[in-house]
Amino acid sequence: MADTKEMKKVLFGPLLDNNPIGLQVLGICSALAVTGSMQKALIMTIAVTLVTAFSNLFISMMRNQIPNAVRIIVQMAVIASLVILVDQCLKAFAYQMSKELSVFVGLIITNCIVMGRAEAYAMKEPPLMSFLDGIGNGIGYGAMLMAVAFFRELLSKGSLFDIQIMPLLRDGGWYQANGLLVLPFSSFFVIGLIIWAIRQYKPEQVEKD
Amino acid sequence: MEHYISLFIKVVFVENMALSFFLGMCTFLAVSKKISTAIGLGIAVTFVLAIAVPANQLIYHAVLAPNALGEGIDLSFLSFITYIGVIAALVQVVEMILDKYMPVLYNALGIFLPLITVNCAIFGGVAFMVQRNYNFGESVVFGIGSGVGWTLAIVLMAAVREKLKYSDIPDGLKGLGITFITAGLMALGFQSFGGISL
Repeated sequence: MADTKEMKKVLFGPLLDNNPIGLQVLGICSALAVTGSMQKALIMTIAVTLVTAFSNLFISMMRNQIPNAVRIIVQMAVIASLVILVDQCLKAFAYQMSKELSVFVGLIITNCIVMGRAEAYAMKEPPLMSFLDGIGNGIGYGAMLMAVAFFRELLSKGSLFDIQIMPLLRDGGWYQANGLLVLPFSSFFVIGLIIWAIRQYKPEQVEKD
Repeated sequence: MEHYISLFIKVVFVENMALSFFLGMCTFLAVSKKISTAIGLGIAVTFVLAIAVPANQLIYHAVLAPNALGEGIDLSFLSFITYIGVIAALVQVVEMILDKYMPVLYNALGIFLPLITVNCAIFGGVAFMVQRNYNFGESVVFGIGSGVGWTLAIVLMAAVREKLKYSDIPDGLKGLGITFITAGLMALGFQSFGGISL
């Protein structure tokens, strides 16, 4: 049983110190595409966190039985089965949401966070720690996703979780919606600026070339 | 013929995998430091896409589509696991063939080849092919076209980054930060192709 300090580090480390998107360059595709609204980002966060946590757990439980040569295929099979479960649940309980997320639910399979953590952590560490590492990385990914979605939804629609915060000019309010942030590529700028902010706060992350 | 050409132009420029759908972004940002490696990776991705999309098209319509195996049998919920299995197997096969018959190309691609399994551009290509219901001919064109488009994007990105080395960037933005913003500007540029109607 690992001590609580270690567990805390595994769980909260990915939030700022070792953010999957900001530092490890993992899982960027979905970060760009699903950050148009807070609600979408939240669903995606939950889905990715669940898949990462459980795939880490199962792969870690099997890690001594997996032959090295076929490990990628085994990991893929575990991850794909979990994603199918998530997809079917979404279709059953939140059909509208699953339509909006379209191919991006399926793309969790190839989300490098899941695969990357399985390969880098779960293949070496015991199940409980791997499970926590999965949750931690899911949270780190989610935090970045929610931060991006926060700025994009607030500035482009003046709302958060579909609740109007800043009344729009066209509905008689005072806020002129920013059309640029509706477009998916605006999240590139938002993520770039967030990375800049994190690195000002934590200068040791600055890359040297 | 005209239909295929316009489909090709469309997937290369208007619906560019990397810059319009943001697929394959992790490798796009991580492996775009040098033009030569970017070209190698682009060729490998095109290669795998050109085979994986048509192969999955055949499998989807022969086995997975509703009522394909017989009245009332719908295996489409197995689609994800099948696609990824086919992609992983294909990458492995391609690797072996290249190793045996084209060792020069094999050595040039190196580690990128196995990594392509988890490149979301491949999986995304397959998922789009099914969603848009392409026939076999279209899926061949779509596979090659999306690979070419992705290669174009990553090579352009690498070219910009090679120049960026000489510019004076604030410390916090160095590396990843400025890469994100560059990619954003490139995507903005590619957005202008959206006006072309084919």
